[in-house]
Amino acid sequence: MDVLVDNLPSYWAGFLVTMRLTLYSGVISLALGLVLAALRVSPIRPLRGLAATYVELLRNTPLTLVFFFLILVAPQFGVIAPLGFWTAVICLSLYTAAFVAEAVRSGINSVGVGQAEASRAIGLTFGQSLGNVILPQALRSVVPPMINVFIALTKNTSVAAGFAVVELVGSGRRISQGNPGDAVIILIGVALFYLAITIPLGVIASTVERKVAFSR
Amino acid sequence: MRSRIGAVAALAAATLALTACSSDAEEPEAGTDEPSETTDFPEGSTMAALADAGSITIGTKFDQPLFGLVGPNGVPEGFDVEIATMISEKLGIAAEDIEWVETISANRETFITSDQVDLVVATYTINDERKEEISFAGPYYEAGQSILTLADNEEIQGPDDLAGARVCTVSGSTPEANLLETFPDAEVVPFGAYSECLEPLRNGQVDAVSTDNVILAGFAAESDDLEVRGEPFTEEPYGIGLAKDDDEFRDWINDALEEMYEDGSWTEAWENTAGTVLPTPEPPAVDRY
Repeated sequence: MDVLVDNLPSYWAGFLVTMRLTLYSGVISLALGLVLAALRVSPIRPLRGLAATYVELLRNTPLTLVFFFLILVAPQFGVIAPLGFWTAVICLSLYTAAFVAEAVRSGINSVGVGQAEASRAIGLTFGQSLGNVILPQALRSVVPPMINVFIALTKNTSVAAGFAVVELVGSGRRISQGNPGDAVIILIGVALFYLAITIPLGVIASTVERKVAFSR
Repeated sequence: MRSRIGAVAALAAATLALTACSSDAEEPEAGTDEPSETTDFPEGSTMAALADAGSITIGTKFDQPLFGLVGPNGVPEGFDVEIATMISEKLGIAAEDIEWVETISANRETFITSDQVDLVVATYTINDERKEEISFAGPYYEAGQSILTLADNEEIQGPDDLAGARVCTVSGSTPEANLLETFPDAEVVPFGAYSECLEPLRNGQVDAVSTDNVILAGFAAESDDLEVRGEPFTEEPYGIGLAKDDDEFRDWINDALEEMYEDGSWTEAWENTAGTVLPTPEPPAVDRY
């Protein structure tokens, strides 16, 4: 256990990077995902097609390949992203947005079609009926799957360890390099730090769920 | 119970490196009832057990040009492989009876402590932390960490020019630890494998790649636009890893290495593998610590 205590500063540094990756990617993917979901239910066919293509492409591509494309393939076509933190945020956001969009879309579909018809009948535009009538109801049922997406995102940040970002897993590798033979303990330490993010996320989820739940 | 913990440890180490390795190596069965043929090894020693079994499991790198690289036929080739094969032959085990297991940097100790391999010959730097877990025979080669950069790069002529430079290496490796310690002003950019450093180097996303000179020499030999710069700034004596405190086996391997030095087979092995792109050095003195 000494190896955990002795290397706490390294763990902490890695933990902060993982936290920041999760936070920035979470916010960006939430925004992008909402836009994508809105496009997917929009009345304009090409926009629906565009959003559907994006979602299918990104959610069916392994995250590691998304990183590979942006970091090792895109430069061959002249797109040179600076290595490190922000490139990782971009990859994680693009990837997670597809899942956010699908979660939101399922929420939108859970709102009865009569709600949309009624709001259009009283003269609201598409944007107004989505923003004022449908989304407020949809987001309630979206909380549990959305927290799932963000817990997955937290763990997915570990892929960045292979692409020039020293986050929790990268720190774990550095620590185990200096302490051969303690690999198991060091890995358990890494897992505990992930739990420190994901368990509170789960708790927040159930609180929010209770707050916004319909009284049926 | 011990071996179960060991297996879990090996699995964990493999996970840590995000690399799937087959670890289902079969243990050579020691002490069969059959009378041993012409073994002149002491009763009960590891050498006698291996010679009786007629097979040996050896861990090596599968992705290291010049030292241990698996080609399309599935058989690893390189200087490490030659050394391991010559040791096995001295045990009376033919080359085709060797079972090769891929060991990557992060799992070499655990593969030895959990008895999944008998020996590890895998560009394995001898150091004091590792000596607490396992024993080393050798060294059989002295490498050193060096710098690779683009041939037309004029700013980085050697290790002294690394301050402020972006240096690519492998996450969790000895070279990474050396860079962090020796060049605190350099920005270390860790990737998953050395080969992944080459494209970012060509694109200008990193300024240099740093690891053992022999690995860099392999890359530089393959492409004209890359060059190794300056003198090595660390000493990396490559040793043969074996179970801790098996002194009898270790002494025997050291003797075997010295025999190879004397009869020229060490030089021959070098010239057939890494010697095709690197100068032939004097064999290093074995360290009987």
